[in-house]
Amino acid sequence: MPEVKKIATRVSYGKALAELGEIHDDIVVMDADLAASTQTAIFGKKFPDRFFDVGIQEGNMMGIAAGLATTGKKVFASSFAMFATGRAYEIIRNSIAYPRLNVKVCASHAGVSVGEDGASHQCIEDIALMRVIPYMVIIQPADDIETKEAVKAAYEHNGPVYLRLARLASPVFNTDPDYKFEFGKGITLRDGSDVTIVASGLPVTAAMEACEMLAADGISARLINIHTIKPIDEELLIKAARETGKIVTVEEHSVIGGLGGAVCEAITEKCPVPVRRIGLHDVFGESGPALELYKKYGLDAQGIYAQTKEFVEGK
Amino acid sequence: MNNTQLEIIANKVRQDIIVGTFNAKSGHPGGSLSATECMVLLYNEIMNIDPADPDNPDRDRFVLSKGHAAPGLYSVLAERGFFPVAEIENLRHLGAMLQGHPHIAIPGVDMSSGSLGQGVSAATGMALSAKMDNKSYRTYAMLGDGELEEGQVWEAAMFAGNHKLDNLCLIVDNNNLQIDGTLEEVNSPYPIDEKYRAFGFHVINVEDGNDFDQLRSAFAEAAQTKGKPTCIVMKTVKGKGISFMENNVGWHGKATNAEEYKAAMDELKRAGEELCRK
Repeated sequence: MPEVKKIATRVSYGKALAELGEIHDDIVVMDADLAASTQTAIFGKKFPDRFFDVGIQEGNMMGIAAGLATTGKKVFASSFAMFATGRAYEIIRNSIAYPRLNVKVCASHAGVSVGEDGASHQCIEDIALMRVIPYMVIIQPADDIETKEAVKAAYEHNGPVYLRLARLASPVFNTDPDYKFEFGKGITLRDGSDVTIVASGLPVTAAMEACEMLAADGISARLINIHTIKPIDEELLIKAARETGKIVTVEEHSVIGGLGGAVCEAITEKCPVPVRRIGLHDVFGESGPALELYKKYGLDAQGIYAQTKEFVEGK
Repeated sequence: MNNTQLEIIANKVRQDIIVGTFNAKSGHPGGSLSATECMVLLYNEIMNIDPADPDNPDRDRFVLSKGHAAPGLYSVLAERGFFPVAEIENLRHLGAMLQGHPHIAIPGVDMSSGSLGQGVSAATGMALSAKMDNKSYRTYAMLGDGELEEGQVWEAAMFAGNHKLDNLCLIVDNNNLQIDGTLEEVNSPYPIDEKYRAFGFHVINVEDGNDFDQLRSAFAEAAQTKGKPTCIVMKTVKGKGISFMENNVGWHGKATNAEEYKAAMDELKRAGEELCRK
């Protein structure tokens, strides 16, 4: 692969937010003492009157965000995925989602690519937690370009949104100048007929590599990037199930309740086919370099390749 | 409005509370009755609100953080004209507008609440928004005294004090009873006033939170307080106005049976007739 630019989606988020703040003065940004990490500090520096760092109190941050939203503000509230969706879960449910308020929960440091900080900070259940909340929308962009569009989409969407972002710098693969982010629509990155790989977030680029490796073995893999996990693109997934007969899901999240769960739920009623879910199988993560963790959980190109090949060959 | 007029409204509200919870066969009369005078005064005299324009962006806000006192809030809103009093009869019924706990979709309800500790954060956000936009509306939030056991209450207090939100007024309904017993028996939040003072609040202790004059003077003092939020700690009587419910924790979350319903309504109607003779 030629040398590609690498940018973490959290960095793209911080920049996009600061840009969006210039256009929309109803945007308010909040953070819980992690503004440097979540990159909301960029907005905070530019618009100090519309930025509130509440300190280490994620629950109160979500509640204040809800109150601000009742007055017409569009609030982007950020922390690490663990604390935003875990610690503040019930406040998101009862104070944000139930009254259907315009709060965008934008959480960085999702998944095992957090790396060295270890299991306590590697949130692998946030998609599951947010998916079960009525009205909640979930977007997980895969690169810089997609993140910038996702931030705009989150702003435009009327109601709560969960935006899942990562710590690790990742390749910017959306180089097409006509890239279009369509809310709720999956993107077919590569056509194929033997199997469909459905990925979301950082593992998308590894899945692209895996597809090349599979092709070298004569396996034709379709690749779908799902940026909107809820509502998920059922039509595209059912079509893929029908046409390729097998689906592999890839996510840095628990295979319970995340992308894998969502894909299974989407296809089961209309076109059930075998699904191999790649991700964390009911285990916590651990400390280590992000890429080594990806390897351990089979989320790197080699891991996706090997598991898909085995699955396709019926082993 | 004079006190007799307010007392007449409070009496009607109490009857509505009993009717609503009796028809629902559930709900929380005790804490609705203790908070009645405060909510009646707020919605009929203190707050800048208009039942014909419940979403006016410049209106004062009220968040019932102790959301289980919804029968009290709904009755106050209905008697004030936000929606027909007849809706109270359908409280908690399937398909009805009035949900078991306050919901923002109900005319006059400024925030969904009921999960304790959360309403006060939302109220803090409303007050913060007014400061950002230089709006003059005030935000009121009522908390239960047992609710003070929730950590989020103190997170919100820390933020409100730190940001000097003098347009925010909290009211603690200090009836001293929670589901499992007295506050001291369960997990005492006392001294409430000293705690709020330490968080940067102006604190006003109201000896009788079921007395309109004392409440009126507290709200006036709160409105004049600049540079810090206010917390009014009002001592109230749980179950106030119905003799067999007063100071009885058993009436926290229980509706009357037919016999109790009749006794409660008879007592309230007698009190109402007396007020009308005043």
